[in-house]
Amino acid sequence: MAAHGHTVKRYTGLMDWLTTVDHKKIGILYMIAGLFFFLIGGLEAVVIRVQLMKPMNDVVSSDTFNELITMHGTTMIFLAAMPLLFALMNAVIPLQIGARDVAFPFLNSLGFWTFFFGGVLLNLSWFAGTVPDAGWTSYVPLAGPTYNSGHGVDYYVIGLQIAGIGTLLGGINFMATIINMRAPGLSFMRLPMFTWTIFITSALIVFAFPALTVGLVALMFDRLFHANFFEVANGGNEVLWEHIFWVFGHPEVYILIVPAFGVISEVVSTFSRKRLFGYSSMVFATVLIAFLGFMVWAHHMFTTGLGPVANGLFSIATMLIAVPTGVKIFNWLFTLWGGSIRFTTASLFAIGFIPTFVMGGVTGVMLASAPADYQYHDTYFVVAHFHYVIVGGLIFGIFSGLHYWWPKMFGRMLNETLGKITFWTFFIGFHLTFFIQHFLGLLGMPRRVYTYLDGQGFNNMNFISTIGAFLMGIGTIAFLLNIFITWSKPRNAAADAWEDGRSLEWSIPSPPPEYNFKQTPLVRGYDAWWKEKMEGKTAMTPAEPVGSIHMPSPSILPLIMSLGLFIAGFGFMYDRLIVGGLGLLITFACMILRSLYDDHGFHIEPEDQDEGVHA
Amino acid sequence: MKRLLPLLTGLVLLLSACGREDLSTLNPQGPVAEKQLDLMKLSIGIMALVVVVVFAICIYVLIRFRRRSGDKSIPKQVEGNHTLEIIWTVIPLVLLLILGVPTIKDVFGLAKDYSKDKNAVQVRVTAHQYWWEFEYTGYGIKTAQELVVPTDKTISFELVGADVKHSFWIPAIGGKMDTNPGVTNRMYLEFPKEGVFRGKCAELCGPSHALMDFKAKAVSPASFDRWVAAMKAPAVMPADAEIAEKFTSQCLTCHAVGENGGNSAPNLTGVGSRQTIGGILYNDTTSVEKNIHDWVTDPQKYKSGAMMPKAVENDLTQEQVSAIAKYLAEYKLDY
Repeated sequence: MAAHGHTVKRYTGLMDWLTTVDHKKIGILYMIAGLFFFLIGGLEAVVIRVQLMKPMNDVVSSDTFNELITMHGTTMIFLAAMPLLFALMNAVIPLQIGARDVAFPFLNSLGFWTFFFGGVLLNLSWFAGTVPDAGWTSYVPLAGPTYNSGHGVDYYVIGLQIAGIGTLLGGINFMATIINMRAPGLSFMRLPMFTWTIFITSALIVFAFPALTVGLVALMFDRLFHANFFEVANGGNEVLWEHIFWVFGHPEVYILIVPAFGVISEVVSTFSRKRLFGYSSMVFATVLIAFLGFMVWAHHMFTTGLGPVANGLFSIATMLIAVPTGVKIFNWLFTLWGGSIRFTTASLFAIGFIPTFVMGGVTGVMLASAPADYQYHDTYFVVAHFHYVIVGGLIFGIFSGLHYWWPKMFGRMLNETLGKITFWTFFIGFHLTFFIQHFLGLLGMPRRVYTYLDGQGFNNMNFISTIGAFLMGIGTIAFLLNIFITWSKPRNAAADAWEDGRSLEWSIPSPPPEYNFKQTPLVRGYDAWWKEKMEGKTAMTPAEPVGSIHMPSPSILPLIMSLGLFIAGFGFMYDRLIVGGLGLLITFACMILRSLYDDHGFHIEPEDQDEGVHA
Repeated sequence: MKRLLPLLTGLVLLLSACGREDLSTLNPQGPVAEKQLDLMKLSIGIMALVVVVVFAICIYVLIRFRRRSGDKSIPKQVEGNHTLEIIWTVIPLVLLLILGVPTIKDVFGLAKDYSKDKNAVQVRVTAHQYWWEFEYTGYGIKTAQELVVPTDKTISFELVGADVKHSFWIPAIGGKMDTNPGVTNRMYLEFPKEGVFRGKCAELCGPSHALMDFKAKAVSPASFDRWVAAMKAPAVMPADAEIAEKFTSQCLTCHAVGENGGNSAPNLTGVGSRQTIGGILYNDTTSVEKNIHDWVTDPQKYKSGAMMPKAVENDLTQEQVSAIAKYLAEYKLDY
């Protein structure tokens, strides 16, 4: 035993999952929660499409419809897409940089639980019977106290505020992790592309989410305490909310899509057995996209009446983003060029991503032209555009990433036949649903309409679109089936599960042991593991001798802290200040406990390291 | 090939029709929408070029470089190619320049201010949940739901929201501008062709957002002058004294006809000659009288969240509703 050995704390069963600070397990928790919310959001989408299947349909009332679109958008962006990205980040980033965990494991757990309780709070609105209904953008005055007197938007404001804490913590954590915890030799310009994109996304989160926090606080004060930030009658300004929301909202779009760029880069490179074409220009292009992402928020407001100077500037700034994005597209194509392309489910999603995302990108440039946008704005053309980028871009990326890293996360390969069924139904369903919506918009159909009159030429296209939505649903079910079927299979995935792995995560067992790397690896170049393999090695060169490994202790505190915020949220919402205070007290008590009570973690000694201490 | 299927379906539908003449942005009926369509065509053209290039490379690569079974060879590991990378940075920049110049030109062109122009018709648009109020400031008249404009003049709009944010959009004529509560926006439109065009609210404004339609009716200059005169003429009240009294006490507290009544609900002057009731009940398929009767009986049935009370809650009997509907249906303007 090493001299400074502490008691090994370990829980089993459910308690293990509730207390874990292991990034791999937190990644799995994020994935389960993200998929759960993805299903809820998807179900909402199907009901929306069924309602719009024929003119003057009455499957749901107009009130319910507005609740559905609001919750669909909010759920998909904040509670499905973000956590699924966090799942991949957690599962992969420490492995890709040769680290044993993230920089702040406790914060990581806290981030998950705040996100989870925020999401649960938001969705409990369905049971409370007052659901947010002002759109995911929650424009005031429609979302303000005068025109929205129920508790619906309170759920939105407080749910997102709590979930937002989790995202912000995650962003800070991964920035710190990538800056500080890289293995020896792993310089920034040797980082795998996925790690680069997560680094950039984390930076975007750190700069963009505070704007949302401020906006939500202001809206919360308007709603709960009769402040007048946005109340026009009392001297407030509603355009201010639009600015605050989009100063956050546009970078948010890049927070979502940039990690997908990373996934695609990894998958395309692996399955064409080729080094990523133009690595340094890829890095530069991603940084540039992220930077420009902060300069273009007002293109969501071309019709707000900001005047020609603002509209002109934001038009040109927006168009410029097409240049670095184009660089990325061509780099992927030329990574494939001359390669030896293997078609797995993961690579199909990645390859499907490229043309789909290009279509979403070009409509983005079309929207950037302000005078033309006066016609597109708030129509189905916009709905088609952002689904092309978010579903055809981000969700394809997530599916690709999940299929690709599944063996690394769980030690089991997903079934390829079912995977291909997933891909083709989802891919065809997606294009069937959304391609036609461009034309609906051009023919004059505004978005967020719960129904439309007969005889306007919208009927057939809406019907086709709804059929596509069902196909996407079938694709999702096939994916879930795949997960369940794979669960009963033995855990026999190889360390280098796809045989052509290039980065560090493929040099360790699938799934990795609790401590990831028995010895921290020495990185000797870009595509570290590929480089070793090409030189005939079967393992990474270690950068340290075998020794005792320091591990953080599990803790239940993050869960209780988040529960405290959850309780406080309800207390404030329903004007029960005692409950609100009690909730905050729980959270603060946990913070004090955490600060005053030192927990130095424990060590895994070399003799225990081979005993299969698995995650 | 399969991903081309929806593309083809879309193209077929597109070619078969560019949509309704009174509604589609692809079928412009005025210079503003024409300019916008020109810009759309230019951008679609440039972007189609990009899409074709990417698709072509993509398909070629996928066929040419797919892995043959049993192939264990390692392809050449290429780091990059400066010439290529410069090419695909510069070409998009040039393409954007081609699109950027007319964009800037139109941004300023369409922002032209006609609010001081003596020849333009000044219309103040106030958007309410869920109806549109049009005030002709130069003529001192107000109407609702049906914007009447002359074909020979530029119409200068001043837009504002009365309650929440809405957005004023006539797709076939040109679009669109938000009506923000507390802030006045301006835009102009021109209606060179006579006809009735469909207008819509494009910003989520509550449960009946989808039904917040209005009509824009472009008429000849002479006809417009007659309309203005008819609007300014003394209001026609119901002939029956009892109904007139009921109409005044139960309807004119919010609505107005001519110089009588309030202005918190749509102005009803000459409502019998409008295309629709409530923006969505078309008078060409059902009679005006029936539409008004149905609407007055239960407005929420047609627009949930509408402020107007049901007839029974408004102390109106069936007979009174019928009489008022008959009176309003016959209240037509000759222009």
